[in-house]
Amino acid sequence: MPKSIALLLLLSTVVTPSPAAGDERVPPVTDPVVNQECGSCHMAFQPQFLPQRSWQKLVDTLADHFGEDASLGETERAAVLDYHLSNAADGPKGGRAARKYGRRIAVGQAPLRITETPWWVKEHQEVRADKWRSREVKSKANCLACHKRAEEGIYEDEEHEDDD
Amino acid sequence: MKASHLMLVGALTFAVLASTPAFAEPRRDAILAELLAQARRDEPGFGQFSAERGAALYRADHTGGKPGTASCTACHGNTPLETGQTRAGKAIDPMALSKSPGRYTDKAKVEKWFTRNGTQVLGRACTAKEKGDFLTYVTAQ
Ligand code: HEC
Ligand code: HEC
Ligand code: HEC
Repeated sequence: MPKSIALLLLLSTVVTPSPAAGDERVPPVTDPVVNQECGSCHMAFQPQFLPQRSWQKLVDTLADHFGEDASLGETERAAVLDYHLSNAADGPKGGRAARKYGRRIAVGQAPLRITETPWWVKEHQEVRADKWRSREVKSKANCLACHKRAEEGIYEDEEHEDDD
Repeated sequence: MKASHLMLVGALTFAVLASTPAFAEPRRDAILAELLAQARRDEPGFGQFSAERGAALYRADHTGGKPGTASCTACHGNTPLETGQTRAGKAIDPMALSKSPGRYTDKAKVEKWFTRNGTQVLGRACTAKEKGDFLTYVTAQ
């Protein structure tokens, strides 16, 4: 695309607030310990995507985390747990967007994957199966491959389908 | 000492530092020095770390670790100069110091990943010798 158009597009995204921005935006992760300790193998996922019971279980089992060792020293573990519980889907600081994500998870269940929650599955049912397996995506957990601004908490209607 | 001598000393010091960028960082030096002391405690008579052994460790297929990650190259690039990718799809900056100049200065970080990745690939933590060999290899790349 010509540079001038690219620039215009860039400017327009900066200037015009997206209509849904107010309620759809998930707050970015602000805790430096969480960003460092939970952001090296994948982006640091926003705690808003899972309920407190899921985060409790996930932090309790970090030594065997999806087949990898993600264990932490006690100070870091406590800080990471605290941040996730506060900002969880049903946590005190979860906010508006969060409640929607937690809504359809059965009370007795504590899923460890965002990508297996009913809300996420429904939101992604249009994505073709081969897309998940492509080299640059590799995993459903690679939100950044499709949502370039995921770390800022921006997931809606980006240009993520444009590049294929 | 005459001024001309001082200048000569200065110029030489500069030349030495500039020609060994890999070792121009005191925190990195300290990590390697500690590993060397440990390797000599583990193995009396131990000589020096070796980039060749480090390269072999990096490339080899090991047994004892977890399925799917038999080699350091399962996540890091095929050579330390290449970008790697985690199992969750995230890019990993090259291990080569020439490509990622900030690496190997934070002792806690280095130790944490040697433990994790050792468990992952070898089924045990890396020894001081393996760590020193690996760092000698990637800092020279
Ligand atoms: C050593 C690497 C590593 C670290 C560190 C790590 N993770 Fe993970 N994480 C993984 C892997 C591997 C997966 C599985 C990815 C896959 O299946 O594609 C994963 C998956 C996840 C998932 C599920 C993603 C999905 O599919 O919805 C969550 C949630 C998660 N991690 C949270 C965390 C949190 C919180 C931390 C910090 C305490 C953390 N991770 C630190 C490697 C790591
Ligand atoms: C293979 C590409 C791909 C990956 C990987 C992916 N998504 Fe999506 N996502 C999409 C598409 C396509 C949509 C639907 C179109 C839209 O609404 O932008 C979507 C929609 C969403 C929405 C709804 C946006 C809205 O409009 O409200 C959220 C939130 C979201 N994804 C979060 C995630 C998270 C969190 C991850 C990682 C755990 C992830 N996605 C991984 C492609 C992807
Ligand atoms: C399962 C994936 C995986 C495997 C296999 C793996 N690593 Fe890593 N390694 C990582 C990740 C993720 C990081 C942290 C990200 C970063 O530093 O950019 C890392 C970081 C490191 C670091 C710390 C770098 C620094 O800047 O301090 C060292 C040292 C290291 N790895 C050595 C090894 C060695 C040696 C092997 C083979 C025995 C190995 N790794 C195998 C994923 C892996």
